[in-house]
This record gives sequence, structure tokens and C-alpha cells, in this order.
Amino acid sequence: MIKDQEFLKSKASYCLDLAKKMGATDASVTVGHTISETVNFRNKNLEASDRSDGLALSIETYIDKKRSSITSSNLIDENIKTLVEKCFETTKITPEDEFNSLPDKNLLSKKIKNLDLYDQTRFENEKKIDYLKELEEAASEPDKIVNTESSFTENKSNFILANSDGFCDGWKKSSFTASSITVAKDENSMERDYEYTSCRHLVDIKEASELGKKSAEQTIKKLSPKKIGSEKINLIFDKKIAKGILSTFAGAISASAISRGTSFLKDKINQQVFSKMINVVDKPDIVKGIGSKYFDSEGVHSKTLNLVQDGLLKNYLVDTYNGKKLNLPSNGRSGGTTNLYFENGNISFEELLRNSSKSLYIAETIGHGSNLVTGDYSVGAAGYLIENGEFKYPVSEITIAGNLKDMFKNIILANDLEFEYSVNSPTMMVEGMTVAGK
Amino acid sequence: MSNFFEKSDLTRQDADKIVSDTLKNCDDGELYLEESKSESILLDDNKIKSSNYSSDLGFGFRAISDEVVAYSYSNEISKDSLKNSSENLKSTLKSIKGTYNHEIPKTNKKLYDDINPIEQKTLNSKLEVLNKVNDYLRKKDGSVKQVTASFAGEQKSIEIIRSGGESLTDVRPLIRFNVSVMLEKNGRKETGVYGIGGRQSYDDYLKNDNWKNVCEEALRIASVNLESKPAPAGEMKVVLGPGWPAILIHEAIGHGLEGDFNRKKTSAFHNLMGQKVASKGVTIVDDGTIDNRRGSLTIDDEGTPTERTVLIENGILKGFMQDRHNARLMNTKSTGSGRRENYRHLVLPRMRNTMMLSGNQTQDEMIKSVDKGIFAVSFGGGQVDITSGKFVFNCTEAYEINNGKIGSPIKGATLIGDGPSILKEVSMVGNDMMMDPGIGTCGKAGQGVPVGVAQPSILIDKMTVGGTKL
Repeated sequence: MIKDQEFLKSKASYCLDLAKKMGATDASVTVGHTISETVNFRNKNLEASDRSDGLALSIETYIDKKRSSITSSNLIDENIKTLVEKCFETTKITPEDEFNSLPDKNLLSKKIKNLDLYDQTRFENEKKIDYLKELEEAASEPDKIVNTESSFTENKSNFILANSDGFCDGWKKSSFTASSITVAKDENSMERDYEYTSCRHLVDIKEASELGKKSAEQTIKKLSPKKIGSEKINLIFDKKIAKGILSTFAGAISASAISRGTSFLKDKINQQVFSKMINVVDKPDIVKGIGSKYFDSEGVHSKTLNLVQDGLLKNYLVDTYNGKKLNLPSNGRSGGTTNLYFENGNISFEELLRNSSKSLYIAETIGHGSNLVTGDYSVGAAGYLIENGEFKYPVSEITIAGNLKDMFKNIILANDLEFEYSVNSPTMMVEGMTVAGK
Repeated sequence: MSNFFEKSDLTRQDADKIVSDTLKNCDDGELYLEESKSESILLDDNKIKSSNYSSDLGFGFRAISDEVVAYSYSNEISKDSLKNSSENLKSTLKSIKGTYNHEIPKTNKKLYDDINPIEQKTLNSKLEVLNKVNDYLRKKDGSVKQVTASFAGEQKSIEIIRSGGESLTDVRPLIRFNVSVMLEKNGRKETGVYGIGGRQSYDDYLKNDNWKNVCEEALRIASVNLESKPAPAGEMKVVLGPGWPAILIHEAIGHGLEGDFNRKKTSAFHNLMGQKVASKGVTIVDDGTIDNRRGSLTIDDEGTPTERTVLIENGILKGFMQDRHNARLMNTKSTGSGRRENYRHLVLPRMRNTMMLSGNQTQDEMIKSVDKGIFAVSFGGGQVDITSGKFVFNCTEAYEINNGKIGSPIKGATLIGDGPSILKEVSMVGNDMMMDPGIGTCGKAGQGVPVGVAQPSILIDKMTVGGTKL
């Protein structure tokens, strides 16, 4: 059973009391408990099952503007005492930093709306096994599929965040995640692809057979790829990839990157960063949302933010420390974005494909080729050549490159946005990027 | 060495009994106990940004029957908790008819000392080094706009208890020192990063003011990049420098030679054993036995002593890296490659220090032989799709080569290639093999483990460079 709020609160207040007794001027504590159960299948047979049960504690102590922190998984009182002492002693000799402080009291959250993030349903391992059997039956049906792997994870967690200003709150959440990995083979090649689904409530999980079938179809479509020549071409990014580009954007507008001067989007507030058609929203209060939060990792209330409006950059993602450096109030984004998305564009997926006579559809990227300091972007890629709106043949072993500053200004979005993950994007076209191939 | 039973109601006798009882008809399995203490101290933006200490304690209990692995972990070491885990394992493995393999090889060789690096250097003296780094770099060059420097130290104690009560232990120190610098000049910003580390004390790596060399190297890389031009796009010849660029070997073929992917036949290499996969003269080993290296282990996380595993010998594929589970199913022996990030994770076959051995040519000869290509000296990360074999890595310092001469530096670009064929394109192997500075972390299935790489300079005849200049 997942530990209740009372247990976590008692541990948190034990830590805070100890820290204060020792002489800490401020302190903040997070105590969490997570139980997770995973079943793995391979080629229609049970392969592994694992269960984890873990507690986690993190403490920050302040002596005026000095701060230090400690994390541990051992919640025995005696151990906590040793750790708080060590944390306090370290704080004493850590130099002052004028920007260190707990969040402003008037920004702290008062929960109102119920976001329905916890489903107490227990999906027994037997049922997970049935789900995965059905998934792999569907995934392995096509002849070209030579290997199937799948997994189902049920996760339940609870946490309490408490600080010496009297804040003490937290919430339970659950998630159910299923994934399918398929390997297909033909005389020329072997390829792999995947599909996954994740939701807060079990009733919302995708049909097992649908997941398996989709994964298999995508994999088979990749077989016998060709390498194309190097050229400038319009790229169409699959939603999976487009959401990654959106996450990169979020990284570049974090107050930490901005205050350190290590982002290509520094000093761009109210400037045209995207084309006029583009709007980016970060919405914490979506009911059952995968990224939904009542407050951020410091207890600051998170409101919906219009990060980009008509292409203009409107907000950074601000936490308390970096906010003080930038002279901005925290907007509840310590720990990053919540439910982040591009609003829909105004053309359909099919129209986007037909938008240019020849384009390259990017279904997969590999490598970590985004440089947030310069905006330079270069990654390995695979996908399909599109001519006159039709998928012609699979393409692999190429790279795509450009600079994010230019890419952002040349984005056209389709109107096929769906809320499946914590970051979501419609299918995206970026004009005039460089493909390196033969 | 940690005594895991000291502060617990669980005695060693209880543990032995529960383990033997649970694993009685299993093919393999063990109780893995782990205690780790770690710290990270970060200087950033002219200030000590954070000093964090972390302590973690827990166990992972694994039972294997035929192809099925059952695993359960907890961070509470107690009788109840272990019994619960035992019940979990038994309920997963319903009908078990295996024979426990008691055989586990032994060695007396220890590859590092039982030290706790965190306690061997005071916090004050660590803070002092970080502040010196910051002052040194900012004084040295007026275009320095940002400096980040950090210490990370860890001591991990493990004990493995096997059915029958056999116990294997190891104490593993690990440190890392890192410097990152950002320069701004004429409106351009570029960064340079360098680090060092391994399984000795901080001071072993910092003696003779070695931190200055780390600063100089980070600064040098950033300065080079300030002058960089757009990288070319397309297929061309690539000369790789010695040392860290061996992450190409790690990505291109290392992952593809891990036992699990080959047992499952999902690796592009699974049917190539004994065949030619690289040019003559290319020999690659994965060696866990080099003293004090980041990727070295006295015993792996299943208790098997590590070894020097020959993967490719003179161009021919000779071996895979194995943990006990995959080795048993493939009817071979563990190569001491069974590793896990910590007690929360299942063991997987992983790399240790992956090395291409020296040949007899010089870097000079390689550069001179290239009409048009690039010379790649340092890399950021890499990644591979083990099924299609396609892999990438990102250059952080590279130059164009024109008519046999090194030209201008070029912007960071991704290089992409095909694992099973790339090593056949190696046409020269240098005589200058070098280990990396001790900074690598390899990710697989969500688990990060410390690894090393090494190689001499090599010339690759054809590889796709992902620049923007057509």
C-alpha cells in the first residue's frame, strides 16, 4: 500500500523540527513514496516481472543566505537525524548566495480544482499479462515481424512538500504505461520501432491490440530504407519528434539558462521567436493530465502560461532562485513545464504533406545534437521521402541540420494535436533544412 | 565495508535462509545489497551553487527460472521486507524446475582501494579548488562569460548473497572533476567542456595543480569553437583523434555485441560471429581489469570477476559481452559484464572499458592522405539503434581537412554511420592508443553506468557528416 499523507507529513515535520532546533533559519523537505510494478513480455512469453517499493527524502537547510541539501532513501529516524546534522554542518561552511531563499509566501499554492490524478485501481499482474498477450498477438501477426517485446508498468506515488514557512501539501498520483517494441526483417534490412501509451486512469489506456498493431505497422514501413543525397529540403516532423523540438525550446527558456546567459533565447522577451501563426501554452490544470501539477517543486502555484503568443516570446520558465537573479517573480516552473503544447495550426495533416512537391518525413531522430547556447541543431534521422503528398520509400542513415533560431521561424503546424503525453505537438513542417546523406 | 545487518532486525542467517529457500529450484539469482554515499558540489555563475550529499541503502532480490527473471527491490533492509520480496518472486515464478548453478569464479586481484573519496578531502578544500578554477579562467581570458566547475564523488559498497550462503563483496570509489567554460566574442558564444576522473581519491587526480590543465583544455576547446565555420554536409573521409573519440567504437559496435541483444537476435551483429566485421588490423577488447579506471570493476554486479574480453580480433568477430543470465541461455560463460546502475535495477550485460588497440601508422600519415574530409578530435554524446545498426555521435571539436592539411575548425556536427559496416571502412590504425580522461557514462534501458573507452587515431574512408554546408 502506498504510504498516506499523514505518514509522510510526520516524517517531514520531524525533519523541519530537527533543522530548526539545530539553528537553521529556514528549511524545506520533500518526502515521497513510490510503488511500481512492471511486467515484461517477449515473443508472447513472460520475460521478467519486477516490483519496487521506494521511499525518498530530500532536505534543504538554510542559514540566512547559505544553503545545502541532502537526499536519502533511508527514512529511519536515527538516519534522518545524522543526515540533517550533516546537512546543517555543510550549510555552515557553504558560502552565502544572495539569491538563496524559500519561495515568496504569497505565491504558494492553495489547491482548489481537483485534477483527478490518482486512480486507486490495482491492475493485478495476471491482468497485465493478459493485456501483453493480446498486444503481442496483434504485434506478431504480420509475417515480417521477427521479434516482439512489450511491457506494462503500474505506478502509484505520493509525496509531501513542507517548508519552515508553514507550507505542507502534496498529492497522490498514479500512472499506467504500456509499450510495444517490434523488430521486422526482410532480405535487405532489420528495423525496430515502438509505440507506447500512458495515462493516469486505467480506463483510459489504449486497446492492447491497437498498440501492438500500430507498432508492427510502423516497423514494417521502415524496411529496406535508402540513403538519399545531400540537399536542402522541407522536413515534416512526426508528432513524436516535433514534441522533442518543443521540449528543446522549453530548455532554452528556463530561467536558469537565461540567467547564466547560456541560451540563444536570452533577452528575446516580446520578440518574434516563431512565425506569427505559432502559439505555445503550458497548462498545469488539465484533468487527468500526464504533466498536471497543483504546484511546482517549491510549492509555488502553477498557472497556465502562454509562453509564445502570435510568435512572440512572452514568458520564461521561472523558479525562485533564478527569478531573483532575473528580477522576475516565480511563475511556478521550478522543475520545468507541466502540460506543454503547440496550439493547432490551420491545415490538415494531408494538406501539410501536399504543401511541397517533395519533402522528407522525419519519423525518428537519434543523438543529442541541440546546442542551446548557439541554437545549432544536427541529429541523425530516419523517415520517408514524400512526393506530391504520397509516402514514396523509407530513408535512413542521414542527418538533418539547421539552427533552431531559423527553424522556429519556419514552422508550419497541422491541426492534428492530441493530448497523449506531457509534451504534445501537432505534425510540424520546417522549411529549408539541410539533409546530409550520400 | 558496510555491514548491512548491523542496524536491521534481519540477521545474516535469516538472509541466507530466505535466499536459499527462495532460489531453491531456480536456475540462478541472488540477493544484492548496496549502500552508497555520494556528493556533488557545483560552482556556477561565480558562486557555489549547490552542495549536495546523498546516502542510499537498499536491496534487490532476483530469481531466474529458465528465461523468466523476477525482481523485487526495496530500500528497507528488514526481515519483513525481504520476506515480502521473496513472496513476490515466488508468485511470479509459479512452476520452477531449475537447477541452481553454484559455480562462480574467484580472483584475488583488487583493482582499486577501499577508500571513501568524499571523506578524504575536506569540503573547504574542495570549495577552494572550485573558486580557484573560477578566478583562474576569468582572469586568464576576458572573453570568459561563464564558468561551471564541479566535483562528484561516490563510495558504493555492495554485497552479493547467493543460494547456499556464499557472499561476495566490493567497495567502489569513483570521482569526477569537471570544468565548463563559455566564451563570448563578437556576438558569438561557444562552450568548451573537459573533465577527469576514476576510482582514486580527488587528490590523486589534482596533484601538481592538475586542475589548471583541465581549465586550459576547456578554454582551448571553447576558443577553437569561437572561430568555427559551418560544417560540411555529406559523405567524406574522417580522421578520428585518439582517446575519447572511441565512443564511436562504444556506440557503433559495443552495444551491438552485448549478449542480451544477440540472444534475442535483435542486434545487427547476431548472425555475424566468426565473420569479418572490420578491416584487417582492427582489434577491439572490452577490459574491466585496468587499475583505477572509471569502467573497471573488481567483480561485476553478479559477483563475477571482470576480464579482458576480446570482441574483434584482426577484423574478425570473436566474442560477445555476457552476464550470467544471457550466458546460461546462450550456453557460454559470463564475461564479468553483468552491471546495474544500483539496487533498483536489473542486471544487464554492459561495457566496461572498450578499447581499440594500436596499429602502426601515424596520425600525420592519415591527415596527409585525405584530400577532403574532417578531423574530429573531441565528442559529446552518442547513440545507437542496435537493430538497424545506425549510430551517431556529436563532434565538439573538429576541423576540415583540405589537400592533406588541417584547415579551419568547424561547428559541432553529428556524424552518422552503420555499425556492422563502419569498421570495414577503417583504412589506417594509428600507433597512438590513448585512454579517455575518465568521464564516460553509458545509458541503456534507463540505467547509467560509468564506462571508459580508448583508441588510437584512425582513418575512416567514408562516413556521413551532418553539417549545413552543401
